[in-house]
Amino acid sequence: MTSVTDPSSHSARPACAAGDGRATVDAPLVPAPPPAPCKPAVAAGGERELRLDLFRGLALWLIFVDHLPPNLFTWLTIRNYGFSDATEIFIFISGYTAAFVYSRAMTERGFVVAGARILKRVWQIYVAHVFLFTIFLAEISYVATSFENPLYTEEMGILDFLKQPDVTIVQALLLKFRPVNMDVLPLYIVLMLFLPPILWLMQRKPDLTLGLSVGLYALAWEFNLNLPAYPNGVWFFNPFAWQLLFVFGAWCALGGARRMAPLLSSRVLMALCVVYLLAAFFITMTWHLPQLGHFVPRVIEQWMYPINKTDLDVLRFMHFLALAALTVYLLPSDWPGLRSPWLRPAILCGQHSLEIFCLGVFLAFAGHFVLAEVSGGAVIHFVVSLSGIVIMSAAAAVFSWYKHVAAKGGKDAKSAETNADLAGGGS
Amino acid sequence: MRATAGLTALALLSIAWLGGIAPARAESASPPSGCEVPAYLLSSESELKKVAEAVKTDGRLDILVIGSRSATVVAPNGSGFPGRMEAALRDKLPGVAVKVDLRLQIKKTAAEVSGELGQILGEGQPPTLVIWQTGTVDAMRAVDPDDFRTAVDEGVATLQKRGSDVVLMNLQYGPRMETMITTAPYLDVLRVVAQQHGAPLFDRFAIMHHWNETGQFDLFNNSRGIDLAKRVHDCLGRALASFVIGAARVNPAELRTPRQ
Repeated sequence: MTSVTDPSSHSARPACAAGDGRATVDAPLVPAPPPAPCKPAVAAGGERELRLDLFRGLALWLIFVDHLPPNLFTWLTIRNYGFSDATEIFIFISGYTAAFVYSRAMTERGFVVAGARILKRVWQIYVAHVFLFTIFLAEISYVATSFENPLYTEEMGILDFLKQPDVTIVQALLLKFRPVNMDVLPLYIVLMLFLPPILWLMQRKPDLTLGLSVGLYALAWEFNLNLPAYPNGVWFFNPFAWQLLFVFGAWCALGGARRMAPLLSSRVLMALCVVYLLAAFFITMTWHLPQLGHFVPRVIEQWMYPINKTDLDVLRFMHFLALAALTVYLLPSDWPGLRSPWLRPAILCGQHSLEIFCLGVFLAFAGHFVLAEVSGGAVIHFVVSLSGIVIMSAAAAVFSWYKHVAAKGGKDAKSAETNADLAGGGS
Repeated sequence: MRATAGLTALALLSIAWLGGIAPARAESASPPSGCEVPAYLLSSESELKKVAEAVKTDGRLDILVIGSRSATVVAPNGSGFPGRMEAALRDKLPGVAVKVDLRLQIKKTAAEVSGELGQILGEGQPPTLVIWQTGTVDAMRAVDPDDFRTAVDEGVATLQKRGSDVVLMNLQYGPRMETMITTAPYLDVLRVVAQQHGAPLFDRFAIMHHWNETGQFDLFNNSRGIDLAKRVHDCLGRALASFVIGAARVNPAELRTPRQ
């Protein structure tokens, strides 16, 4: 999404790593390395990452806000103004950064070592998911024992799974039982699991890899491929479809973006993007204001609906592409605003995406809980949303600080690597 | 910079839009006894022509409510919204013989209900209006929204083909449920299918959300007492009655003076 117009970025990164011994150690594990150690080495390298970090950080905020009950803040999230939402941004940038970082590891250390590192990362995400599930279980059990309003007798049936914790917990460990708001990490785990072969092929035949990805996407639509969920149904984010965004991100990172640069500076394309985004904006408005529904011809309605999030509807994918292209066009990599302290919190969050993502899910649970106990009200809603974002930013700042300090303190490479793992931004 | 400006503009635009709606809400005539529902939630562009005809010419109105567990209250019969609607309709449409039946389809998904509609309707004269409350079971079981859509789509088509007007009713809003049940896709499907078939959608979710927001009902309430459920169902029944009358474009005042 970002960096696409910056052909120099790829040469810039290795230079940065070479200029700083420590960076070579942790960079393969940290897709979006903190610009601090790199900045003095190469400015250009730092900037390209900042754009990615910024938008990933913003996506994390938006995901958090979207996980809370609707409130004033929800109106600021992009899903209200078009087809795609923060999940697309998150998955794309994750693919981009993961490919960027691990492909370098693959070139330098070989397929096996890089593959092992990726699997280690997968393990971390898996543990994070199980951790969040534990918290969810605690919260749900509390609700189940304390809440017996007869108005919701039917809905409380959702808690029946607590009657057989053996099955439920095993299903959760198998990633088949995924309660509300816990859908993204399982998708991420599966995508990362397949990253080694994807990268291997991508380094040799990038266009073929992307082609295969598109093919799989088409097959998923044609044959309704998806993974089964527990107790029934399918995965909310179909990995067979969503892999397209992830692989496309990887493709962009490994040179695709550079090749698309001329296309992305075309005014005609930008005009098309704007038209599409405006059309999507209007359609979205008809959901909020049904009175506008008349203006949408029935033929278009029938062709368009439903806009399927589970299988990453083409309209959503296109919307994301248009948004990304426009962003790259409007926001040059050397935009001074990227260094502004106002964007610093979002950038920091983007640099520690796994931790901040998990924290966001936890905070959303906590937010629901607070709202339930204190009883709603727009003001409380607002406060919960805002303090969530502040907590996420503060945590990201602490992670950055700790990583910086730990890296400085740890003389031997081994401890630096361990620390980098712990604090590593999500890839 | 320009991107930021764009985002800000979007935000402002949306706020302006919301601001534009707000006064309209305030002016809406409030239904009786504190069950205030904004007018836009009680009006529908889709018309209930058969209901209008039955009320005006036959002086009778047969309604069948197909619902899940949330169409009832564990209490004396008639305290669920179908019974309350019946009472409200009788009150508002004097001289019209109103009959409301309830067929509970407990723990059945829309697909299961849709497949059994023939059985549920039975032989003979179809009801003038079928109010189909659905989505809860599907949302709880996380049924694929596509399958849900197909099921509701077929169900509504079947009902309309049999000669009934159809009103769709969506899920309950429950503040504590949001952590556990993903409702958005099912709400969307119901809205879309309703629009496609010209069937009015009674937006129970938005109405209850409104009540919770404005503090008319404290839906966070933890008490095991039946009282809150009864009051909510009473208001839902009244709202539903107004909704049906509104969608049928019937003016109760005209009915009061018999036209013989």
